[in-house]
Amino acid sequence: MMITVNAMGDICPIPVVKTKKALGELNGPGEIEVLVDNETAVKNVTKMARSSGAEAESEQLGDKQYRVLITVGEDAAEKLKSAKSPAVQPQGQTQQEAAAGCRTCVGTVVAVGSDRMGEGSEELGHILIKSFIFALTQLDDLPDKILFYNGGAKLTVEGSESLEDLRTLEEQGVEIMTCGTCLDYYGIKDKLAIGGVTNMYSIVETLQSAMSVIRP
Amino acid sequence: MQEKIRLTQFARHGGCAAKIGPDTLSRVLGRLPKFSDPDLIVGFETSDDAAVYKITDDVAVIQTLDFFTPVVDDPYTFGQVAATNALSDVYAMGGEPKIALNIVCFPGDLDPDILGEILRGGADKVREAGAVLVGGHSIQDDVPKYGLSVAGIVHPDRVYKNFGCKKGDVLILTKQLGSGIVNTAVKAQMASAEAEQEVIRVMTTLNRKAKEAAADFTVHACTDVTGFGLLGHCSEMADASRAVIEIGVEGIAFMHGAKEYAEMGLIPGGAYRNQEHVSGLLDAGEVGEVYVDLLSDPQTSGGLLFAVPENEAADMLRAFARADLGTEVSVVGRVLDDSADRPCIRLRDKVEVI
Repeated sequence: MMITVNAMGDICPIPVVKTKKALGELNGPGEIEVLVDNETAVKNVTKMARSSGAEAESEQLGDKQYRVLITVGEDAAEKLKSAKSPAVQPQGQTQQEAAAGCRTCVGTVVAVGSDRMGEGSEELGHILIKSFIFALTQLDDLPDKILFYNGGAKLTVEGSESLEDLRTLEEQGVEIMTCGTCLDYYGIKDKLAIGGVTNMYSIVETLQSAMSVIRP
Repeated sequence: MQEKIRLTQFARHGGCAAKIGPDTLSRVLGRLPKFSDPDLIVGFETSDDAAVYKITDDVAVIQTLDFFTPVVDDPYTFGQVAATNALSDVYAMGGEPKIALNIVCFPGDLDPDILGEILRGGADKVREAGAVLVGGHSIQDDVPKYGLSVAGIVHPDRVYKNFGCKKGDVLILTKQLGSGIVNTAVKAQMASAEAEQEVIRVMTTLNRKAKEAAADFTVHACTDVTGFGLLGHCSEMADASRAVIEIGVEGIAFMHGAKEYAEMGLIPGGAYRNQEHVSGLLDAGEVGEVYVDLLSDPQTSGGLLFAVPENEAADMLRAFARADLGTEVSVVGRVLDDSADRPCIRLRDKVEVI
């Protein structure tokens, strides 16, 4: 696989950011050519490549035109794969931020582990969680993701009283994910009415990369 | 959702990384007429930090000017950093800041409250320095810029110059290095929260306490480490003192993450310009490339670099510890010779000093 990164006209540190992103996208051995227009970028892109275990060579193509050719071998590809972070993009990011492929790219995540909120009365708990999800729709800064697991999985299936509020959230770009194992366990997988299905691996990654996590 | 203004997006180069390269500067300045005056104690021929002019036998006035483009996004913090950096030139001459004037460039279509915050940050630092802020000058410009012109006073016999270090002197630096690299990592959104907080804390720490704690010691030379990086400022010191300076890279304090970010190529262009400038004087020995990058990293509002006699160095380090500077002090290296035909800087992993 060969990826071309055009970083002509980009100032420090954007060429490095784009190269890092490309290294993450390569998904195995291959080559990346990075086109830049200044020597600082040549040196920095070369360092980024070498610090990832890849090899890099550069050549000047013309006036203010340079090409850095990065070769990612088997070993480097393995190293990159294990270091890879989830490629999730929250809303409202600038292009620059999105290109960064940063570690902290998920803003707020709401983790719902039950169909009730708080200890005490079960009935009150159901009322509270419904009211909690409605309150989320009223926030100025919406969360980036809502994760549902264990009893929380009952809130994203047919018959849930929160479906309408969840739809409102989804329409505004909030990603809604429910734990597949949990849906199976309760036998309600065919009743999922909103959002996607996720697994423990992505749940952990999402929670780890979140700037903040809200648990009702 | 209200879009948050990110100040650094206006600037191609931030902070002292915005400085014109040392090679370009010396070429241009070399063509200017030389001024001479019996009372001018420090002029610009030794590339010092400020001008010093003797008024009486007891008082000399220090005049300095420094401003730059945004190095952080938060306006108040930017004001603090720019003012701390401008005030530092007075401390680097051994002086006490007295009067400050604002220098402002600001886009006409940007929210004036942002400018208000920048100026508030600057004013707070001037107050902390014990000086007075009395107006200034502002113009409209597409790229925001802020800084101060500062006048200070010093006893004519206690002026710190950036040359005059003697054989056997120990070089002590009062702040950890890495602000250019860490700020670049912040821009790339690859910096840890810890590194980002540290760089802001370091850039907004006045060199006042360091200068005051040094008052009881013999200072052969002093400069603040800014846009030319540690290597650039050491090379000015070596050149003007005809000195051979040996630097032990493993003894130097760096900011959290700085080494890692440097290895990842998050290095401002100014670092490479600084390397070119010092290349004629530099013997990098066997030290890793990453140390050359770290040592040439342009510092924004960096620490003071003192050359002090060997027998006073340990006491000076203790005095800095007592003064609680809020930054990391480190022994950078030593002066091996002060009458060299070819002044130079040698990098070694370790230097036996104290």
